[in-house]
Amino acid sequence: MANHENKTLTFRIRRYGTGGKAHEHYWQEYKVEAMKGQSVLDCLNEIRFKQDGSLTFRRSCRSGICGSCAMTINGVSRLACETQVMTLGTETVTVEPLKGFRPIKDLAVDIDPIPEKLLAVKPYLITKTPPPSDQERLQSQAERSRLDGLYECILCGCCTASCPSFWADEKYLGPFAFLKAYRFIADSRDEGEREHFEALDDKHGLWRCHTIFNCVEACPKSLNPTKAIAALKRELVKNRIG
Amino acid sequence: MAMIDPETIHDVKGVSVHNVHRHDVIVVGAGLAAMRAAVEASKDYDVAVVSKVFPTRSHSGAAQGGIAASLANEEEDHWEWHMFDTVKGSDYLGDQDAIEILVKEAPIVVREYEHMGAAFSRTPDGRIAQRMFGGHTKNFGKGGPILRACYAADRTGHVLLHTLYENCVKNGVRFYPEFYVLGLIIRDNICRGVVAWDVVNGGVHIFHGKAVMFGTGGHARVYRIASISLSSTGDGQGMVLRAGLPLEDMEFLQFHPTGLYIHGILVSEAARGEGGYLINDAGERFMKKYAPEKMELAPRDVTSRAIQREIDEGRGIGGKDFVHLDLRHLGKDKIMTLLPQIHELAWKFIHVDCVKDPIPIQPTAHYSMGGIPTDSDCRVLGDGKSRPVVGFFAAGECACVSVHGANRLGTNSLLEASLFGRRAGISIVRFLRDEPELADLPTDAAAEAIAEVEGILSSSGTERVAAIRAEIQQRMTVDCAVFRSAGKLSKLLEDVRGLQERYKHIRVDDRGQDFNMDLIDAIELGRMLDLAEVMVSGALGREESRGAHSRTDFPKRDDAKWLKHTLAWKKDGKVVFDYKSVVITRFQPKERVY
Ligand SMILES: Cc1cc2nc3c(=O)[nH]c(=O)nc-3n(C[C@H](O)[C@H](O)[C@H](O)COP(=O)(O)OP(=O)(O)OC[C@H]3O[C@@H](n4cnc5c(N)ncnc54)[C@H](O)[C@@H]3O)c2cc1C
Ligand code: SF4
Ligand code: SF4
Ligand code: FES
Repeated sequence: MANHENKTLTFRIRRYGTGGKAHEHYWQEYKVEAMKGQSVLDCLNEIRFKQDGSLTFRRSCRSGICGSCAMTINGVSRLACETQVMTLGTETVTVEPLKGFRPIKDLAVDIDPIPEKLLAVKPYLITKTPPPSDQERLQSQAERSRLDGLYECILCGCCTASCPSFWADEKYLGPFAFLKAYRFIADSRDEGEREHFEALDDKHGLWRCHTIFNCVEACPKSLNPTKAIAALKRELVKNRIG
Repeated sequence: MAMIDPETIHDVKGVSVHNVHRHDVIVVGAGLAAMRAAVEASKDYDVAVVSKVFPTRSHSGAAQGGIAASLANEEEDHWEWHMFDTVKGSDYLGDQDAIEILVKEAPIVVREYEHMGAAFSRTPDGRIAQRMFGGHTKNFGKGGPILRACYAADRTGHVLLHTLYENCVKNGVRFYPEFYVLGLIIRDNICRGVVAWDVVNGGVHIFHGKAVMFGTGGHARVYRIASISLSSTGDGQGMVLRAGLPLEDMEFLQFHPTGLYIHGILVSEAARGEGGYLINDAGERFMKKYAPEKMELAPRDVTSRAIQREIDEGRGIGGKDFVHLDLRHLGKDKIMTLLPQIHELAWKFIHVDCVKDPIPIQPTAHYSMGGIPTDSDCRVLGDGKSRPVVGFFAAGECACVSVHGANRLGTNSLLEASLFGRRAGISIVRFLRDEPELADLPTDAAAEAIAEVEGILSSSGTERVAAIRAEIQQRMTVDCAVFRSAGKLSKLLEDVRGLQERYKHIRVDDRGQDFNMDLIDAIELGRMLDLAEVMVSGALGREESRGAHSRTDFPKRDDAKWLKHTLAWKKDGKVVFDYKSVVITRFQPKERVY
């Protein structure tokens, strides 16, 4: 951990679509007196509240659970609210919108691709057997533990924004969609394997993943989409043969 | 009334009605209450969900600990026990008819979540796992704490929220994410829709439907130290006030005992449910002075007052305004499997490894017990008592049915949001079965909203929105928090009015229409100031201490005068009150000791 002192930091922010420079990217710098314990989001708020109310970005929970504040900080996709500014260790903090997504205004990007990609994998439990009428379905602790590392995804998009395959093909379903698909396929209660798989076995699907692991590194929730991808590929091959 | 023509109306200095959308049901919000209603109604009708944030980014996703239901998966339990705890927890202000519905239907609602796919944690025999939570007990308070809170690790809200979103998607619900609803369209006591602002592209949209449902969440953001998301600004309650309708019991706001020091970010009660200790500067488990039997598992109002008293009397850690939550004795394994998110939060937000060090905490504004008065079928009551506004429904934290009375028990609000959200859906379906006509849109439906947006975009004052907001949040945190008194509240009320005056002279930096956060902040602030005025007035009026409302000048509960709900309207710039009696069925008010 770095030594925490109050420090004047320079925020270098890549802006877009504001200040009479519509649809042109430009850099703007702000000075922030940062305190120990402050997050990048706190600093951006500080700028918005005290210096420039036109600076635009999304935020909601400010506790790392809603996925709104994903952006590129010093070159890495992260959540602004859970990135302690002092731990970055730089005097200048560079903030850009998430890569690969269409910019709308400043740090806010078009997030429509998130539900689009998600919906492609039929992201819900598909069952054929009706559940018991006044009881829950049973699931053993071992079965349930297969969902650990899969069900926690907050749909922030950091993984996809760091994925070279997505940069090359915006239709690529990408890591969180795969993770979600596997979250259901791995669920002992789910009976819709084929339906979840439909979109995966496609030129914008699984086979475009080159296992570069960027997504794993980017995930702020320490999830591992690559592991899900490998498991899905195995299942797919197995299904084709079987 | 003439039908509105979207092409021709209202072009006030550039802001115009962009589009009129028609759906059978217009659901405002995308938290548990709203989306549970949408799941229900979309089985039969065309449902639109309009939300200012993308659905899975709603506040509900932050809930950690659990959802209460007497499933008896872990040990004996009965809805009657759950009912007793809820009534007692409410300090006898909860309406017992509504509470009975809550506790009886709870198991159905939780099992339905499981059927929809929620990834609950499991017991060794494969059932939904349950944990302890403050105020939930065995045998009408005579036994110890009970395992009643159904959970998914400490990500219960996240799991339920995503499950509902997924099921809405499955049912073909139409989503309008990032549309900020500005106001209700109610004429002749019939709700005809809402007016909204398209946040991303700018522009006013009208949503015209037969039924409107509010699941717009709480208003604890009126405080600086608060656990709730930055978007929980009470817009729904604000819109209801502006529509000339009353709000109920707004003086009751819950302070959660364990907010991370300075941020106010919540450390779930699960930390105490799993055995965490509260420690003061002397290293003492001070709860033994305040709740010798229940200790750390006493209800929130009791625990928050205990912490605040320790702090006020100089026994905060190092004399500062926090105490310690100590989990170290639980050991690394238990912390990492049962409380992983708490470990992560403490580490990421204040760099404390709770396996090795205690967590600094302080009370934080958390939950709005008061809100929009409804009956138990979630119909909004225009007079606050018995007369529904036709086609207008509300559920969840924005509403007040009232199951929580003066103080909510942990895990009862995910339950309330889900259960009354579901009931709202059922109620809406019943309403639509009678095939009511689609009520006409008045030609001036959007006039007020357009004037508000236009006014803000062209404002030329000197006041910064952020400065006024910081001031109201700070003042509420200091003078209308855990302990209250007439002196401080009257001064605060004056100052709130002063801030309302200053609000008339704001200016915004961003004057564009697309993705204008400055505009949204300004709109939210206007509503927050209205709510603060009603909350402070209500707190000043209620001369007793009950549940979360604790008056140092009236330290006792006063059933003779105050066993009643407050209803508050804003009329001609003033707050006007009326009262209604509490529904008492099974449990007569008794002194509340833990
Ligand atoms: C940190 C934390 C932890 C908690 N943990 C628990 C727990 O373990 N158990 C428990 O029972 N309770 C818990 N609670 C309480 C519980 O989370 C909330 O009471 C509950 O989630 C409220 O749900 P809701 O559906 O009413 O509203 P919310 O989830 O707050 O949703 C409100 C919705 O309304 C929308 N909205 C608001 N205004 C507008 C507008 N103007 N236009 C359009 N859309 C709008 C928002 O976008 C959002 O979608 C916790 C609360 C906090 C703060
Ligand atoms: S492993 Fe696959 S999904 Fe992940 S970043 Fe690499 S190409 Fe993208
Ligand atoms: S997998 Fe991780 S990075 Fe990707 S969307 Fe989910 S939480 Fe975000
Ligand atoms: S604001 Fe919710 S994740 Fe950062």
